[in-house]
Amino acid sequence: MQISVNGKPCEVRAETLAALLTELEYEDAVVATARNRDFVRRRDRAETTLAEGDEIEILTPRQGG
Amino acid sequence: MQDAREDSWQVYGTTLSSRLLVGTAQYPSPKILSDAIRASEAEIVTVSLRRESGGSGAGQTFWSLIRELGVRVLPNTAGCHTVKEAVTTAEMAREVFDTPWVKLEVISDDDTLAPDVIGLVEAARILSRDGFQVFPYTTEDLGIAGKLIEAGCEILMPWGAPIGSGRGLNNPYGLRAMRAHFADVPLVVDAGIGTPSHAAAAMELGYDAILLNTAIAKAGDPVVMARAFARSVEAGRLARLADPMEPRDMAAPSTPVIGRAFTAA
Repeated sequence: MQISVNGKPCEVRAETLAALLTELEYEDAVVATARNRDFVRRRDRAETTLAEGDEIEILTPRQGG
Repeated sequence: MQDAREDSWQVYGTTLSSRLLVGTAQYPSPKILSDAIRASEAEIVTVSLRRESGGSGAGQTFWSLIRELGVRVLPNTAGCHTVKEAVTTAEMAREVFDTPWVKLEVISDDDTLAPDVIGLVEAARILSRDGFQVFPYTTEDLGIAGKLIEAGCEILMPWGAPIGSGRGLNNPYGLRAMRAHFADVPLVVDAGIGTPSHAAAAMELGYDAILLNTAIAKAGDPVVMARAFARSVEAGRLARLADPMEPRDMAAPSTPVIGRAFTAA
């Protein structure tokens, strides 16, 4: 299925957000997720199913001012 | 007179002794970032959330470094131009950083990085209702400040000058009026500070603390500059507590006039 991850088009096998994080090797990383601009809590990732064209954001801690 | 070292302030029930909050961006290296934060004696540092390409690990390395410093983190919503973006970013930050604190920025335009104060008030209301403790990056506009407090904010962070400009306090009159109008609200000058003298001036106006990033990170020697800011913030605070003299237009001799030689007895 074709989705976008962090603004880039991406062909993925995963059907849920949790599976997507595994597929993209974020399993052990501290990340926060959003689907189509809505926050998805860590505990909801396994039940969050992906659909064609979804826009997923995977964010991590970074330097900030 | 009170010693500034024993002089604490409070925000959202947290007691703090350092009056300098420091950003973590733009340092020449992670080592200099760590050393500068230690030298600044800051208890709160600002952080953000950004995209990371799978497996690169930069964010995880950064986060370990911050945790080792043992400071409180204040996540920002830097770069958000809409209420929706800011709210979603805050929600994501709360989960990752495990804190209800958020430095709320809703930006109106990229030339000034000025706060979109209308969006800011709306986002502050939504987030406060949702349990966030909002640190709003705002202007010195008193009407907006009042609305932010109504929205649930227990602290206000007006800009000194545009973010990253290093121009100091563009509107000392406005900042002084804000201090007078909100005598009991913690006030922090956030953004625009370029040199320690700017920070001292803001503290002399009675501000509770200073938040800055670029002035330390982009100095030739960030660690020494961090120390300079720590001292200037303390100096400005002590000066405020010491109640400075009133300026006057005409000279007034400081050495006694009585007893001067070469005068009639």
